[in-house]
Amino acid sequence: MAPVALSETKHEARRQADTPESRTVRFGPEAPLKLDCGLDLQPFQIAYKTYGALNADKSNAILVCHALTGDQHVANENPVTKKPGWWQTMVGPGLPIDTDKYFVICSNVLGGCMGTTGPSSLNSAKNRPWGLDFPVVTIKDMVRAQAMLVDHLGISQLFAVIGGSMGGMQVLEWAASFPEKVFAAVPIACAAKHSAQNIAFNEVGRQAVMADPDWRKGSYLETGTFPGSGLAVARMQAHITYLSEAALQRKFGRELQDRESRTFTFDADFQVESYLRYQGSSFVERFDPNSYLYITRAMDYYDLAADHGGVLANAFTGTKTRFCVMSFTSDWLFPTSDARDIVHALNAAAANVSFVEIESDKGHDAFLLDEPEFFATMRGFLGGCARARGLKDA
Amino acid sequence: MQKSTKVSARQGAPVSLDDIEAAPITLPQADRPDHVLISEMVAPGARVLDVGCGDGQLLRLLISKKGVDGRGIELSQSGVNNSVAHGLSVIQGDADTDLDNYPDGAFDYVILSQTLQATRRPKKVMENLLRIGRHAIVSVPNFGHWRLRYHLVLFGRMPVTPTLPESWYETQNIHLCTIRDFVDLCDEIGAKMERAEALDPSGQPVRVNAPWWFWNLFGAQAIFLLKRA
Repeated sequence: MAPVALSETKHEARRQADTPESRTVRFGPEAPLKLDCGLDLQPFQIAYKTYGALNADKSNAILVCHALTGDQHVANENPVTKKPGWWQTMVGPGLPIDTDKYFVICSNVLGGCMGTTGPSSLNSAKNRPWGLDFPVVTIKDMVRAQAMLVDHLGISQLFAVIGGSMGGMQVLEWAASFPEKVFAAVPIACAAKHSAQNIAFNEVGRQAVMADPDWRKGSYLETGTFPGSGLAVARMQAHITYLSEAALQRKFGRELQDRESRTFTFDADFQVESYLRYQGSSFVERFDPNSYLYITRAMDYYDLAADHGGVLANAFTGTKTRFCVMSFTSDWLFPTSDARDIVHALNAAAANVSFVEIESDKGHDAFLLDEPEFFATMRGFLGGCARARGLKDA
Repeated sequence: MQKSTKVSARQGAPVSLDDIEAAPITLPQADRPDHVLISEMVAPGARVLDVGCGDGQLLRLLISKKGVDGRGIELSQSGVNNSVAHGLSVIQGDADTDLDNYPDGAFDYVILSQTLQATRRPKKVMENLLRIGRHAIVSVPNFGHWRLRYHLVLFGRMPVTPTLPESWYETQNIHLCTIRDFVDLCDEIGAKMERAEALDPSGQPVRVNAPWWFWNLFGAQAIFLLKRA
């Protein structure tokens, strides 16, 4: 694949890494972030968006946690891609996560590249981008950073924490680390630990990035190169895991792309090849390769049971949080058996838990798509919780 | 969990003469009489687990009338999704396997309404109910009812009735018992019977202080409030 030229979009993405088009909170040396790796991160900043209005007693706040390559622009046009927010069908006035009723917060994760401190941010101590000097972060570190943001906003208890995939891992971590701060938790299409298969996929992606000669041991931002080919390959491979065999077959089959017959070359003859190349190249426009390394690593390290003596139920002992666990039938990245492990642990802790498996052939990506039963469940669960919490309609 | 109830009989199973004779006169949307009776056995504000909760009808009754903290387990995905979309706390699961995951004494009442006969290991399920709940409320269709005996003896066929509406080859019920059988099981696992009610085919309580043999003959179903001995 040809090297990816730095486009206008790419420049915009670079700009958003330090000066995002959303609010930011900056924590100075007086408030260091204690990381699992043992280091203190300071100073650092968190970029976030909010939607709707916080009510008088601050009881209607919902934190939405984004997935691996998502960002804080959950329900507005993305300033880099100019596309709709990644959950614009779910979050908004009258939608299941109703911004007429709830105050929605979404922050860019620690290690990200849309304004929260990460490897592409400026390391002020050395006056150059962090690159590989950035400490390896975990899902728990991401949640600690979010908790500092929530405290900063003066919210003592979130009405709900909601997220899919890596966002779902954050939801579980929130419920385990800060049970008193989470009234309701909705972990979707996720697991309490990353499986060996998923770690394997992530490793292929990282190796693709690091094998790109333009990666320059992570210092590409200083050398003015960009390992776009490697990141595109990483994204292409990951994208396959987000879909299902049935969805790929239905969408593309063996159809040829803009041609009548095979070319007997390595061009993208098949539609599915063309689609993956497009996904890879558009991802490269907006995402930072080092961020990809750090965030996939955070997912790999995630093992909630291991943090609680090897027994997952111990993570939820005495919890009062109301849980709604959701999975999708064709998700092979985070299959329903992963969701069931969470549900069994919650039952063992006598937690208040609902569990719904949604019938869908759209694979892991289903949680980002318009699945009526999924939306009805979200709306119904939040409505029930709102009644239990005594939330009035705004 | 698929249940055998009058409701499903009315909704499409073949109607026999027996059904017409026995069809209860109830207003649409009315609470099922067996549900009303169960709700009378539950203390207000209690923690309740309904095993095999279907679409959550009983849970909704218990929450609205008794203000309970209600949860459910249901085998059918449509029942679960419908319940959760209505704000109930329900998980998709199997009474035979998933009750093992609940800790001792997690609930004040564990309810098994018209579900025991569809489980693979009824005894194990019963032991789990008594372990998880301080009380268990169990309702079972009575295979000893005279109408069923009459069908079997006279026609030599597996009976189809309002309480057991499916044909033998379609039914989910694999462990049917009579009221007397159930009472024996309670004795065997050391369950103390706090209250017992027999319902006639229309779902009305058999309001006579009758001996077991009478209930076993005239009760279409029975509801028991049990406690660990």
